[in-house]
Amino acid sequence: MVLILGSLQLGLLYGLLAMGIYISFRILNVPDLTAEGSFTLGLAVSASLTVAGHPVLGLAAAVLAGALAGCVTGLLQTKCKIHPVLAGILTMSGLYSVNLCIMGSSSNLSLISNATIFKLMYGWLPGVDKDICKLLIAALAAAIVAAVLILFFRTHIGLCIRATGDNEDMVRASSIDVHSVKILALAVSNSAIALCGALIAQYQGFADINSGVGILVVGLASVIIGKLFVRSDKVGRGLVISIVGSVIYRYIIALATSSSLFPAYALKLVSAVIVGVALSAPAWKEQMEIRRIRRGGKAHAEN
Amino acid sequence: MLKIEDAKKTFLSGTPNERAALRKLNLTLNQGDFVTVVGSNGAGKSTLFNAVCGNFLLDEGRILLDGQDITFMPEHKRSRVIGRVFQDPMRGTAPHMTIEENLALSYSRSKKSPLRFAIRKSETQMFREYLSRFRMGLEDRMDAKVGLLSGGQRQVVTLLMCTMVSPKLLLLDEHTAALDPATAARVMEITKEIVEKDKLTTMMITHNLSAALETGNRTIMMDDGEIILDVSGEEREKMTLNGLLDMYSQKRRKQMDNDRMLLV
Repeated sequence: MVLILGSLQLGLLYGLLAMGIYISFRILNVPDLTAEGSFTLGLAVSASLTVAGHPVLGLAAAVLAGALAGCVTGLLQTKCKIHPVLAGILTMSGLYSVNLCIMGSSSNLSLISNATIFKLMYGWLPGVDKDICKLLIAALAAAIVAAVLILFFRTHIGLCIRATGDNEDMVRASSIDVHSVKILALAVSNSAIALCGALIAQYQGFADINSGVGILVVGLASVIIGKLFVRSDKVGRGLVISIVGSVIYRYIIALATSSSLFPAYALKLVSAVIVGVALSAPAWKEQMEIRRIRRGGKAHAEN
Repeated sequence: MLKIEDAKKTFLSGTPNERAALRKLNLTLNQGDFVTVVGSNGAGKSTLFNAVCGNFLLDEGRILLDGQDITFMPEHKRSRVIGRVFQDPMRGTAPHMTIEENLALSYSRSKKSPLRFAIRKSETQMFREYLSRFRMGLEDRMDAKVGLLSGGQRQVVTLLMCTMVSPKLLLLDEHTAALDPATAARVMEITKEIVEKDKLTTMMITHNLSAALETGNRTIMMDDGEIILDVSGEEREKMTLNGLLDMYSQKRRKQMDNDRMLLV
């Protein structure tokens, strides 16, 4: 029961990460590696402000910090014409120092004795089970962010972001500044990711400088798993499906680790394998199809 | 309306592959002119369009549009008043978005607020009316992905996107060249309808010489980065296909004679 509820909580919280990845990888069609840095950035900002006694402010600040990180990558990509992958790596790498600085040059911050928004919730809803409280916050966060993003992508600027990922030439011809659109999209994506980090820090009660390692693969896995269940080009559905994918991913991981099939440290390898297999599935399918057609042709010739 | 003064552009200058694409080119278009542009490959027709649209900056010279100097204006700002349709039907539209979304995107360029909802009922109704005028059945497929449309249908959608908000200048870069003859004829008909209805100032590149003489009110011929022929009015009406070809070889020969004189 604890595992079922815990995975659901984590899945919903990491749903924000999945939505952020969905925006950069699927909608904008740009591989953005800033995620690893901006996730930890959110974590660090939220943790240090929580220690200072402002858990809610910590979340808001994390959103802004994430947006800023996205802007930096966006500027490197567009105005400085650096390859998107390298631009993300540069920001991510630089953020490592920034994050350490925010956490007071310690690689670990504990929030055990501080009030987090989860603990505030226990206070507001006395008598309600703690796990239900946590679930409530996770569900609320996922729902609010999803709603805001869905509305955002229905606006003119949202449509511009989608079109930029589809055909940049056409966007430029429609008198829209492609550079600003890209920077904005990366800012939105990374602020969702940073908010995810911020919530996770308060959820688990500590912040670690290495929490972001491999987080990109986690987000990608969620997006891909979601896509396996529902295929849709509609952005709204895509965002919601990413959250669902994130929850399913958590259950897969919980199953894999609780069945002691894998040791806990194999988690990242398992995630990488899931993503690798899912991404190569279409290519395999095509190969099988070609082989099937060939075999059919041969049988036909022999008859 | 459009005034190009002494436009000069050399690609790869200073290298052995140096190529003069525009040599001190001068051109003035009047309001409502429909100019057809002909010339062999490499004559500089597309370079001329690229220069007007701002894909690159000129080495020398100025470009004025409606009295405003746009020589150094960035590309996306120029496109607010310049519509352009390319030969490649894939270039002008976003394939994974619906017809409605594509039209909405280009229509809202006239609106300022970035946070207004992109799809509005009243506008959708208007798009439907526009599309129904072309009698291609597109008005019933507003929710279809543009990537599923045929090349001709995509070009029509692009044309509409460029002209819904009347541009000051419409540039058509061989926009029917990739289409089959029947579709090309239909798209050309639609083009004429649109240009005539809004009295748009238009330039159209074409390799179809007879179409070049039949369409519009003025024809220019380019060669090696220069305008070597500019006919309109009565002279143009009398011009035949053979006349145009003769004129071309005549001009070329004269040029060669000059070169020969230099060499001798």
